[in-house]
Amino acid sequence: MTLTQAEKAAVVTIWAKMATQADAIGAESLERLFSSYPQTKTYFPHFDLSQGSGQLRGHGSKVMNAIGEAVKHIDDIRGALAKLSELHAYILRVDPVNFKLLSHCILCSVAARYPSDFTPEVHAAWDKFLSSVSSVLTEKYR
Amino acid sequence: MVHWTAEEKQLITSVWSKVNVEECGAEALARLLIVYPWTQRFFASFGNLSSPTAITGNPRVRAHGRKVLTSFGEAVKNLDNIKSTYSKLSELHCDKLHVDPENFRLLGDILIIVLASHFARDFTPACQFAWQKLVGVVAHALARKYH
Repeated sequence: MTLTQAEKAAVVTIWAKMATQADAIGAESLERLFSSYPQTKTYFPHFDLSQGSGQLRGHGSKVMNAIGEAVKHIDDIRGALAKLSELHAYILRVDPVNFKLLSHCILCSVAARYPSDFTPEVHAAWDKFLSSVSSVLTEKYR
Repeated sequence: MVHWTAEEKQLITSVWSKVNVEECGAEALARLLIVYPWTQRFFASFGNLSSPTAITGNPRVRAHGRKVLTSFGEAVKNLDNIKSTYSKLSELHCDKLHVDPENFRLLGDILIIVLASHFARDFTPACQFAWQKLVGVVAHALARKYH
């Protein structure tokens, strides 16, 4: 699955708006993830996952920063996320199904915050982009 | 039988009461066909599906989206009886329509995103939880009679 030029442009444009609220979007997405899919909490037994927790915000930031890197290097996501890909494959080993769940929650957060910008075309581009990111992060699993 | 807490029921019905079924249904189906183009395989007879604009404006897509979401409303009205509510529809989707149940999950998630975009901050994580549960139960009920 490769992104078309139009899709890349759609991703980059919305990211520019999101960047200022990236931390909050990250925290909200994780909150949605842990609330709708409680099984995902099993990867964070060491975290305080209550609403507003510093760890939740911190981790949300980490996730959004990585996404920002992927946006910045949208023509070479694999290169941009190479280290993260190894981290997920050898250390974190988050089951691949969870990337879809988090992507869905990120889309919900973005849709809720930017409803008029989140057109069907932008929705499709972001779904595809996050799917691409997820692919890269799981491609060294085996 | 699915167990719903009073809070979950309240979150579901209060959101539903504010949903414009025609608009929401049309948008959800259009987004399904746009974001996951392979789902167009079931709608070859619907005419022009060649671009997001064509899909969004397609009157058959709009009408069918409304039909689907109206049916979804039956689940909201019969939260304690969703299995039997969709028994016949399940057989139809298997025997006549030949729809892979994965598509029910895809449409359910698209509906959630549409609700998020319409209700914004009011579509809280707790709200999303109740609705994820509902779309999951509906998808399961629709797949139940498959053989």
